[in-house]
Amino acid sequence: MGLARYIAIRALAIIPTVLILYTLVFIVLRVLPGNPVLAAIGTKNIPEEQLKELMKELGLDKPLYQQYFEYLYNFIRGDMGQSMIIRGRSIAGDIADKLPATIELSVWSIIFSLLIGIGLGYLGARAHSRVVKTAVRLTGSILFVIFIPALGLSLQLIFSKYLGLLPIGGRLSSVGLLKPITGLYTIDALIELKPLVFIDALQHLLLPAFTLGLVISGPYIRLTMNNIEEVLESKIIEAYRARGVREEKIFRHAFRHVLIPITTYTGLQFSLLMGGAVLTETTYNWPGIGTYLVDKVMYRDYTAIQAVVIIFAVIVGLTSLIVDILYALIDPRVRY
Amino acid sequence: MLELFKSNVAGKASRALLNASRIILGNKYILAGFIIVLVFVLMAILADFIAPYSPIEIVGPVLQPPSQKYLMGTDNLGRDVFSRTIYGSRVVLLTTAIAIALSGAIGTLLGLISGYIGGALDRVFSFIMDSIYAFPSLILAIALSVALGPSPINAAIAIAVVYIPTYFRMVRGQVLSIKNEPYIEIARALGIPSTRIVTRHILPHVGRTLMVVFSMNSADAILTEAALSFIGLTVQPPQPDWGFDLYKGRGFILTGYWWMMVFPGFCITLLAVGFALISEGVSTVISGGKR
Repeated sequence: MGLARYIAIRALAIIPTVLILYTLVFIVLRVLPGNPVLAAIGTKNIPEEQLKELMKELGLDKPLYQQYFEYLYNFIRGDMGQSMIIRGRSIAGDIADKLPATIELSVWSIIFSLLIGIGLGYLGARAHSRVVKTAVRLTGSILFVIFIPALGLSLQLIFSKYLGLLPIGGRLSSVGLLKPITGLYTIDALIELKPLVFIDALQHLLLPAFTLGLVISGPYIRLTMNNIEEVLESKIIEAYRARGVREEKIFRHAFRHVLIPITTYTGLQFSLLMGGAVLTETTYNWPGIGTYLVDKVMYRDYTAIQAVVIIFAVIVGLTSLIVDILYALIDPRVRY
Repeated sequence: MLELFKSNVAGKASRALLNASRIILGNKYILAGFIIVLVFVLMAILADFIAPYSPIEIVGPVLQPPSQKYLMGTDNLGRDVFSRTIYGSRVVLLTTAIAIALSGAIGTLLGLISGYIGGALDRVFSFIMDSIYAFPSLILAIALSVALGPSPINAAIAIAVVYIPTYFRMVRGQVLSIKNEPYIEIARALGIPSTRIVTRHILPHVGRTLMVVFSMNSADAILTEAALSFIGLTVQPPQPDWGFDLYKGRGFILTGYWWMMVFPGFCITLLAVGFALISEGVSTVISGGKR
């Protein structure tokens, strides 16, 4: 009962945040001077008549406040309008096609970043030498500021071009290998019992997920290291040591204390992850909504850009909700 | 009187310089980061003297590997990659500098107002800022630059908007903690106007915070700028630009023309690392060398 109410309240709290972002995006893309249709066509030499026709077709001739509410209403119903470039193409359909790819990449990247981050952080915390500790800490800061395309392209150069071990981009060697069920190819391959396709999908995932995972693992390294070190200095650990508890067991105990900050941080991390996903997808031709966004940016397809940006706002809102719930479940101190 | 004033100013300036050099030399992270950034700044300023060729003119055969004549090879149009890389530092540094200055100024101003006045205004400001802060900064920057049109100055504005909340939050927090100090209350009781209280008695205390935010922010801003140019939202061809050159080099990986992509990519990362080292050093100094 208590938890259900807590979840409901937290869920309601997302709405104003998404609304503010929608308003901001709307103002930026629609109210600022400049005719989006002209920008999309890329020329000003278009008969007045035809321009008006186009504007009408896209609903851009109505007063702004009406556009604002209509768009919102349609968006909630799942209608995100039509592409300005490819006439009649439903944006919601496009996004539904691309979203699973982004989710799959994000999930695997988080797994990688947790493995790398917690692993290195743990090593750093256990190390006795100051040099190792400093090196691990510095690695954490430096990983975080690697430019994703630079890292991604270098990995492609090494692993795809020169070693020939991994594919250079895309999600599968051939599109016909799978009939998407969930759209997450690694899971689809397992459902359809195609181990070879599963391996193929993994091979395609490996470089992009590692690239994104490595870059966002930086904060986890520091978080893990600082928290373990902090707990190790606490009175509880002293008491354990006094009783002669084995060092292995003490570390396991200290490690548990890291889980709460890591969960919280993963929630905060998500907005970084999404930004990183855009770059990673572009680098590896990964057909997710990041690549979609960049494609639409290059063609100045305003309606599509608007939809993608709002979708990102919703995703960030939802993840923060999930993290809050997880947090409430893990940490008994959270009252709801 | 004027003499006194002059010596005072000179004294202040030299003391500030001394302080700055003490901070830079006193911490090896800050020193290392400072040297890296300085090299790039010098590269940008002295580009005309360092670069052997024009960055936009065709100077040789296409896709030549690095050699003595073309240190970093030539690109697919026959332009010198070394010269383009040197000139490319200008766009990145300038755009980021403008962006940071803008976001710092606006964020600080809004933070001061919001924190000092408080009430409903503060709640509205904070809520809007928090919403922007929670949103993926790169995606917002992309949307903004698309709307404003591709150019370095528009990219700078877009990046600035994205980072305003960072400055706003820190400054506002700082103002809230100072606002109720006795000396501010005395100032208010004496009838000193609010603007004077804020600019003379609160702002100076925010400086330290600003430095921390600035040092943490700049590496991030560099990466955002590079990302925007990677998708073609800053300078337009044929102008040299690390991010966009990297994007073009992407198409030449499978054919093995690695030099088109490796050098600009390396420069972006190295510059960001430079700022990250400064930030690392600053946080070490602030926390008293503990962490």
